Amino acid sequence: MSILNLHNSLNTYLILAAVLFGMGIYGLVTRRTLVGMLIASELILAASSINFMAFNRFTAPDPTVGQIFTLFIMAIAAAEAAIGLSITIAVYRNYKSVDTEDLVDLNG
Amino acid sequence: MNPTDASGVLGFFMAEGLAGYADAASGIVFLAMLAAIIIGGIIACNSERLVRAVAGLALCFIGVAGIYYFLNSPFVSMMQILIYVGAVCITIAFAIMLASPEENKKQGPAGPLSGPLGLITAGLITFGMIGLAVNTSFAVLPKENMGSIQRIGAELLTSYSMVFELVSIVLLIAIIGSLVIARHGRSK
Repeated sequence: MSILNLHNSLNTYLILAAVLFGMGIYGLVTRRTLVGMLIASELILAASSINFMAFNRFTAPDPTVGQIFTLFIMAIAAAEAAIGLSITIAVYRNYKSVDTEDLVDLNG
Repeated sequence: MNPTDASGVLGFFMAEGLAGYADAASGIVFLAMLAAIIIGGIIACNSERLVRAVAGLALCFIGVAGIYYFLNSPFVSMMQILIYVGAVCITIAFAIMLASPEENKKQGPAGPLSGPLGLITAGLITFGMIGLAVNTSFAVLPKENMGSIQRIGAELLTSYSMVFELVSIVLLIAIIGSLVIARHGRSK
């Protein structure tokens, strides 16, 4: 298989999605701020969408379903980003900080 | 990628007719999209300043849109650019400006072990998923149709009309809820 023919193989997309998922997990674990963690979670969502679209293109009998599912994932991700950012702004207003180490009021 | 892969690169420099050039060009564009995703993702999860992380996220999403185009879905590719690059990244940039998490912050990772442990966790998950994906043989079913935009529109308004309406309700609730949450305690 030629390196210029990578886009015709299912494994390319699965490996790409796994790498993107790993980068998202890494960002989620190591980031100190809420906004940084939100950015990392967007990477994870993109990885899951790539998986859906890859299986949709290569194995599914009806390629319409995966595209529609990816559109729904986009809508849910947009809603999640909006609510997460408004929570971030509310947290900043109350604590004057979005550092995860400062939000310890529920820490027993 | 075994050593014989070089034939594909060499084939680009030989005269093989127009089809060969088109294949090679699309392969190069695909590699560029892969590079955009990897570089953008690394910037998004590693940069010190959050504004640069958002820029890396936008680059990564543009690459993902290109990947969708290679997966026979130009409509989803355009929606990816519109929604993610156009809306989500801009919203995150606004939140960074409003909450200004940059100032008076301790920089760097959360602890001496946070970086290596995070790297180990992410590496284990990544290689586990890659191993699982490569070693599984997926059943390939024959295509019933090509998944055109007309089919997407028809299916959205017939088979998936219930989900379509539910997603619109979810979006409405998200808009109202985010306004209420962000407005709470504004006079302080």
